[in-house]
Amino acid sequence: MYLLNRIQRHRVNYTWMIVSLLLVASLPFLLFLGLYLKSFLLIHDYHLGDLLFSKVWKPGSGKFGFYPFIVGSIWVTLLAMLISAPICLLTAIYVTQYTRKRFLRIMHPAIDILAGIPSVVYGVWGILVIVPFISCFVGPLFGVQTLGYSILAAALVLSVMIIPFILNILIEVFRTIPVELKEASLSLGATQWQTVKIVLIKKALPGIIAAFGFGLARAFGETMAVLMVVGNVVKLPKSVFDPGYTLPALIANNYGEMLSIPRYESALMFAALILLAVSLFFNLVMHFFIDRYNKFSA
Amino acid sequence: MKPTHKIHIENLNVYAGKQQILKDINIEIPKNKITVILGPSGCGKTTLLKCMNRLTDLYPELKVTGKVLINDKNVLDAGEDIVKLRQYMGLLSQRPYPLPMNIYNNIAFGLKLKGVKRRRELHKQVVHYLQQANLWDEVKNRLREPASRLSIGQQQRLCLARGLAVNPEIILADEPTSALDPISSQYIEEKFVELKNDYTIVLVTHILRQARRIADYVVFMYLGEVIEQGTVEEVFGNPKMEKTKQYLGGTFN
Repeated sequence: MYLLNRIQRHRVNYTWMIVSLLLVASLPFLLFLGLYLKSFLLIHDYHLGDLLFSKVWKPGSGKFGFYPFIVGSIWVTLLAMLISAPICLLTAIYVTQYTRKRFLRIMHPAIDILAGIPSVVYGVWGILVIVPFISCFVGPLFGVQTLGYSILAAALVLSVMIIPFILNILIEVFRTIPVELKEASLSLGATQWQTVKIVLIKKALPGIIAAFGFGLARAFGETMAVLMVVGNVVKLPKSVFDPGYTLPALIANNYGEMLSIPRYESALMFAALILLAVSLFFNLVMHFFIDRYNKFSA
Repeated sequence: MKPTHKIHIENLNVYAGKQQILKDINIEIPKNKITVILGPSGCGKTTLLKCMNRLTDLYPELKVTGKVLINDKNVLDAGEDIVKLRQYMGLLSQRPYPLPMNIYNNIAFGLKLKGVKRRRELHKQVVHYLQQANLWDEVKNRLREPASRLSIGQQQRLCLARGLAVNPEIILADEPTSALDPISSQYIEEKFVELKNDYTIVLVTHILRQARRIADYVVFMYLGEVIEQGTVEEVFGNPKMEKTKQYLGGTFN
């Protein structure tokens, strides 16, 4: 009786494991499918190229051009990466290669705190600090009149937000490089910096790409903090001091309102679909580079 | 320092925090001989080896005092010159760690650091050192492949070639055969015997038979101390200390 019980329990556990696996594995597809069905109304009535590349956003008169949002999202994301990627890389190298282990133990909680701050708090910080900083200081420095609510403000806030995520992965990547590799390079007469530059970064490259890809995907999808400082103006930004609008902000700002306008809900779902597709694309590109690296140069 | 001695270690102490890893080491390593540093795991053999080319720098928690004289220069207070000094010493570690680049560049890396720039000269030397490590025939058609695709035995020979390429006077080897199959191990041992005409070799090992086979001079260490040192005949044939006898007799605890 006891034995039977055990076997049954084993079977039940096994079944549950498979169910959980299938659930997790099918979620992305279900999400995709759901968004596609919801946005079908829009995709069916309009040309896909028009939707993606038209600049006119007038839902009231049935004009849905996502181009300003896509461009806004790309600007904000790339600029944020441009700021935080070098900072993260240099910090990770310094912390893992140049300091004592004790220093890393102090760094870790600091990074974790940064990662744990809710994004709305980052948004408030952006409004109170970054936005005035840009309108009173950075803008005049470049001879530009700006309200401060801008692509640059969003990128700055965003870059601080993604630092802990990228940095944590990078530190792990550099920590797992065997010390013997470093010893080999040094014993051949390389300086510490040559070792870092030529040997360690090369060895860490797949990990570095993964870390940056992860940060990029996160930055692209970040909603709240960006929405609070980016200005939310549907216009193609001409410079980083111009306000803009991003895809996640579009959805968050408008969903639930004005849904009486025909196809409006569909349009917002389409924005979500673009977001999902872009994250998927980042992922694929990332894996492509990592595979390529592992095949040809490891 | 007698001219026949290549490395001269005086009162070397290494501390890790409160723990002392090496205690008052005094050894002389003869030129153009194979000196084997023998002892059980954890006795400080590897640390001693790392003091010689100051890889101890990588472990800021270690405190090193004393003198390690190589060509009359104290490695321990060489300051920035250590980068140059390290090129006097090729290093072969326990497992091969090829640099993350192709086979050709693994050798060319050290050569470039030495200032070899012209392509033709670079190529000539890469070929030469790969031949010296008996690897050329196996890799000549795949020089642009990542070094990580070689077998472990081939990788270790690549590491030897890479070390020889900076034209050192000393070869430091830290249990270089411990990850290798018997045939690759035998090859490395034979190569060492051949190389001692041109190089001074310091080999760390815990394998008694290996020491007996190729050593000229033996330093026996136990718990961070040098227990006994002398020629292979002295130490193996007529050990003076009780600890050495026990270790050689295999009754060691």
